Amino acid sequence: MLLWVFEWCDATALGAAVRNSLWLFPAIEAVHLLGLSLLGGALLVVDLRLLGVGLKRQTIAELAEQMRPWLLGALVVMGMTGLLLFLSEAIKCYYNDAFWMKITTLPVALLFSFTVRARVAGTGGLDASMRTRLVGAISIALWFIVAAAGRWIGFSG
Amino acid sequence: MILSFLEWLGSTSWSVALLESLYAWPLLESTHVLSLGLFVGTAVMNDLRLLGWTMRRVPVWEITGRLLPWTRLGFVVMVITGLLIFYSNPLRYYHNIFFRVKVGLLIVAGLNAFVFHRGVHRGVAEWGRAALPPRQARVAGAVSLVAWALIVVTGRMIAYNWFDCSIQPQADWVNWAAGCVTQP
Repeated sequence: MLLWVFEWCDATALGAAVRNSLWLFPAIEAVHLLGLSLLGGALLVVDLRLLGVGLKRQTIAELAEQMRPWLLGALVVMGMTGLLLFLSEAIKCYYNDAFWMKITTLPVALLFSFTVRARVAGTGGLDASMRTRLVGAISIALWFIVAAAGRWIGFSG
Repeated sequence: MILSFLEWLGSTSWSVALLESLYAWPLLESTHVLSLGLFVGTAVMNDLRLLGWTMRRVPVWEITGRLLPWTRLGFVVMVITGLLIFYSNPLRYYHNIFFRVKVGLLIVAGLNAFVFHRGVHRGVAEWGRAALPPRQARVAGAVSLVAWALIVVTGRMIAYNWFDCSIQPQADWVNWAAGCVTQP
């Protein structure tokens, strides 16, 4: 049903340019991985703190505020590079289970990050509670699925 | 001698089994890649603090004392999975230009960390609260940031066979840098 959308994406000039270049895909992929590293750091500093480990002498809110620009920056880098990678092989992605896993979990992870997690972390003090621990664990689990499924796109299909 | 050792290593049954496995190799590689988030991610935040670009109100000793253990954990996972990946195809990685550059950069990153911890970090009790750490610490942070970024990029490029010895002809410098044994 959605196949025509993927076919259209695959046919874009941008997608073709990446696909027809020897080094563009690897180069964009490398930047995507640099984004992953930064994203992992920006998320984990806060998530570990929510779990009650890591930088325990700082308030959760302070760390969340400090990590926010890096988190947003990493997401922008990942989104832009991810889109280019997708356009270059959109039809392959359509038939790829790992891609569907990633693309359905990603909005959930984003929504969770900017609603529940943002609220809980934004008002978090020095003590981790059951609530903060749960939020930290869910955040790590959701982003883990996104990253693992993302890597698996290259292995499956 | 190195070559015959690597050849033997690659011919061991575990190495062959790993390389030809349907799931073990991809799982190993995925673990290596996902650990980037833990290892490089937390290392980057340490570096950014040394540069005074984030968490300026957090004392540096808090970062090196409470965040760096997580970086080390990530590093252990990276090394174990990385060694196993190397073990799955030793000769190919040995002759891969990107792998060789990556190993060189790993040594640079290691030396940089060693110099930082043996040097300026010893006096962290005095300067740790400063929003902008001393020059030596900032340099260590910058070197680490650049080195690990290049390590991630070269690591990803190892997967591509553009400069593999088996694909000839290659430019002379490629054969030299990759240590290819070519017909005269």
